[in-house]
Amino acid sequence: MEFSKPLLTVSPSPHLHSGMTTSGMMGTVVLALLPACLVAVYLFGLPALQVLLICVVSAAAMEVLWQKATGRRVTVTDGSAAVTGLLVAFNLPPSSPWWLALLGVLLAIVVGKQVFGGLGHNPFNPALVARIVLLVSFPTIMTHWSAPQPGRFFADAVTAATPLSEMQATVTLTGSLPQNPTGFPTGYLLGNMAGCLGEVSALALLFGALFLLWRRVISWHIPASYLGTVIILSSLFWVIDPSRYPNPVFHLLSGGLMLGAFYMATDLVTSPLTGRGMLLYGCGCGLFTVLIRLFGSYPEGVAFSILLMNATTPLIDRYLVPRPFGMSRTGGLP
Amino acid sequence: MKRRSFPGGTHPPQHKSATADTPSEICPLPPELVIPLAQHVGAPAVACVNAGQRVGRGQVVGKPNGFVSVPVHASTSGLVVAVEPRPHPCGAELPAVVLQPDGDDVWAEEYLTQSFHVLTTETMLERIREAGVVGMGGAAFPTHVKLDPPHGKTIDTAIVNAVECEPWLTADRRVLLEQRDKVLTGLEVLQKISGARQMWIGLEDNQTDVAALLAPHCKQRGVGIAVMPAKYPQGAERQLIYAITGRRVPTRGLPMDVGVLVQNIGTVAALTDAVTRARPLIERMVTISGPNVVRPRNLRVRIGTPIAHLLKHCGLREEAAKVLLGGPMMGTAQHTLAVPVLRGTSGVLAFRRQDITAPAGGSCLRCGRCVAACPMHLLPTFIADYARRDALDLAERFAARNCIECGSCSFVCPAGIPLVQSIRYAKGAILARRRST
Amino acid sequence: MLAAVISLGSLGCFAAILLAMAARRFAVKVDPRQAALLDVLAGANCGACGYPGCSAYARALVAGTARPDLCRPGGPETLARIATILDMEVATGEPQIAVVRCRGNRRQSRAKYDYQGLEDCRAAQKLAFGPKTCPGGCLGLGSCVQHCPFGALNINEQGLAEVDRDRCTGCGLCVSVCPRQVLALAPARSHIHVQCNSPDAGRKVKNYCHVGCIGCRLCMKTAPECFVMEGFLAKVNYGHEKPTAMADAMERCPHHCIQDLAEPRETATHSPSAEERTS
Repeated sequence: MEFSKPLLTVSPSPHLHSGMTTSGMMGTVVLALLPACLVAVYLFGLPALQVLLICVVSAAAMEVLWQKATGRRVTVTDGSAAVTGLLVAFNLPPSSPWWLALLGVLLAIVVGKQVFGGLGHNPFNPALVARIVLLVSFPTIMTHWSAPQPGRFFADAVTAATPLSEMQATVTLTGSLPQNPTGFPTGYLLGNMAGCLGEVSALALLFGALFLLWRRVISWHIPASYLGTVIILSSLFWVIDPSRYPNPVFHLLSGGLMLGAFYMATDLVTSPLTGRGMLLYGCGCGLFTVLIRLFGSYPEGVAFSILLMNATTPLIDRYLVPRPFGMSRTGGLP
Repeated sequence: MKRRSFPGGTHPPQHKSATADTPSEICPLPPELVIPLAQHVGAPAVACVNAGQRVGRGQVVGKPNGFVSVPVHASTSGLVVAVEPRPHPCGAELPAVVLQPDGDDVWAEEYLTQSFHVLTTETMLERIREAGVVGMGGAAFPTHVKLDPPHGKTIDTAIVNAVECEPWLTADRRVLLEQRDKVLTGLEVLQKISGARQMWIGLEDNQTDVAALLAPHCKQRGVGIAVMPAKYPQGAERQLIYAITGRRVPTRGLPMDVGVLVQNIGTVAALTDAVTRARPLIERMVTISGPNVVRPRNLRVRIGTPIAHLLKHCGLREEAAKVLLGGPMMGTAQHTLAVPVLRGTSGVLAFRRQDITAPAGGSCLRCGRCVAACPMHLLPTFIADYARRDALDLAERFAARNCIECGSCSFVCPAGIPLVQSIRYAKGAILARRRST
Repeated sequence: MLAAVISLGSLGCFAAILLAMAARRFAVKVDPRQAALLDVLAGANCGACGYPGCSAYARALVAGTARPDLCRPGGPETLARIATILDMEVATGEPQIAVVRCRGNRRQSRAKYDYQGLEDCRAAQKLAFGPKTCPGGCLGLGSCVQHCPFGALNINEQGLAEVDRDRCTGCGLCVSVCPRQVLALAPARSHIHVQCNSPDAGRKVKNYCHVGCIGCRLCMKTAPECFVMEGFLAKVNYGHEKPTAMADAMERCPHHCIQDLAEPRETATHSPSAEERTS
């Protein structure tokens, strides 16, 4: 045809791109979560593997189904569904029944993310939405913990209590902490404790977190302020009454704090954009975590505190705005 | 030697090795020169020649129009073929003097060399204006206006910008290496006109060889050499001033408001010719590079040379799929190769089809990378979002007008959102709205 | 038990009294006509009137600071009702709908460059004045579609904007959004339009479009009062249309620019002339 002269491409500046893509970032997160996955399967055997697979596969499937059903562009290849699926699995007890895992993923993907408009539009961390809704709806199953049985892949699950639930029960009954919690502290580091699938091994989580920090997928602000606040507050209480309040190391290594501080609170969509905002957010998470753990009726406070701070993120982003370069203090800004 | 930088910024790949150490060549004259009358900020020049007229090299073909305007000169001797609208790098067809070189390349006038020491500042400024010297870093602001700040604004620091932070471009580096004497004299001219007590040359740490070469000469003249970590956009005026002096230029203000004057190294070299030899600015150093160029190098190009001619001289590997004028971060993609080199054109970059990746255009994940990268401390994703929704009031409140369009935000965005394009649209719409009310 | 009833009951009564007093004291005086106006306005909150929503326009009408004919989606009936409520005389206009004045798809009109960037006509227009060589042609990136509050616009398979004549209310938002003024409002009764927006002379138009108006004036010669020329561009003289003469003109137009938009559109039948083939 006459008008088929080869054309030059015209696009707006800039004409270079760093090469970091959304799917690249999500892939990095999946890699970072792998050590904890492997530890979980090693400690809890077949049930854990089952939960992991169900969650990841169904997360991707549900996202595709929803997007097709609502006539939207299918974006499952950006990897965010896979990450959400993995994180839901991490927040479930290792011997969760298959339907609980499915329900959790449904809550996370559909209710926690897609109804708001998909990636980037959800106000709350989808995996935590799933965890909390399941916790409130099925409290017994969601607190049915198994003891770790390293290397025994096909063994039957044996019930056990998590360090935090043990602590809370003992304090309520006797007014003081259990004398020698089994496996503390090395066991907690390696994962020799009961708990959610992904939260038991602090070391594995730490490896992954360092990888994420190195690849600049997350920044140091939230983990530093979150863990820092927990350390400071828990130390305060521990100094006041060491027989009743656990030491900061116990807080760091037990429950879902490591998982929460490095993987859940740092969720890009639901955390603030600016450095100062992230620091404030992390402090808030730390504050509520310690308060709920020590004074609330739930033994674990990480999930609740992160969800609470998710609610404040839009406010933080709106008001904790960096001063534009060269603008004086009186220069009108929101 | 300074090490301070500025908060924010990014690290695009430099791609300078292809042309950094290759000596520049003189680009042969093309069969036709297209010299636009609008090559600078301010009112375009007004043509003062007609078709059929013969002109000499350096002859004025366009008279300045107002104070913020400079004359336009014939880049070689020849015949004026026409004065008509021709493709211009800005995208429109604008009036240009079309010149057919006669091959003799004879100057229109005799130009005598004169030491600038005997000249007054007024004379020097007049010569700078008559020579058509404008900012050669790309902004093309008339230099005689910049060097003549209004009453009450005193300059105490002059910074010569040789940072050249854009990838691929090495024109400033070659000027420094090959025209050192011109540059040094230009520094002295700048010092005399501006009256600055402190002079600096800004360089990135990938140019320590240049810094070493210049060191004794600069020391002799009392000019400091500031070497800063290579980061984009270190060469941006405000960021450069902050890195060297620690002063922040107010958002609605200019460098002179903090007593600083910044000039590109190419402009400084052009000052020498203008002041000591009264020779007009008709030629400049241009980097021809990019993955599609067979022999990438710097060329000394006459103003008005179509970029098709430059690309033919350096050779294209494949059919040109995308051609940029300037650097890849802030340069403009051209839709025709008939556009000419202007006084402010620092580079011509050619790309093949496989080098072009369309922006992914996904949804914002609020990752905050754009916020961390922005050298002006803005929230690019918010401004872009407001721009797309036509919420101009909100875009203005989040300081859209402060954006320097450096491109750092779009560069780092993992979702591939064209942030700068949206912010640019907001800036234009806000200004248009202000003008209409 | 009794104590509880009495204390809660009196608390409730006290609260009720407080609320009633507050409702009286802080009541906002609203002109009753405002509610009546809100009823008759189109109710789409489209902003075509220039006010942020129908209630804002109603308020302005009652305050006397707005003209009564700004609600274009409501059309002449709404205007008449507004006039009745406000007790004023108005001249009723004709209902209008939007028309896309361009037929140049990618095969028939020259592209200036291959555009990559934001899918927005206004943004693309800023890059060297748009990816289409014709300065007035439709870019097909959909800014109008995004801004239409009634869903009356879409980009068709030709890559051009298309108006759904049944849904369009003539609010005019698309007209103000289009960076090339390809969209214009025309009387809803008229369905024959010159689908070209190029201001250029015929020779220049032939260089970049096979279906653009070349200013040959054949339409004017065939149907004298039905067309007017704006420079080199022919336009229908709305209100003075004569169907038979215009049908003739449609036939004779060398580039088939004149189209009847109420009829199902024929696909491009224009074959280039010899000179156009070599351009």
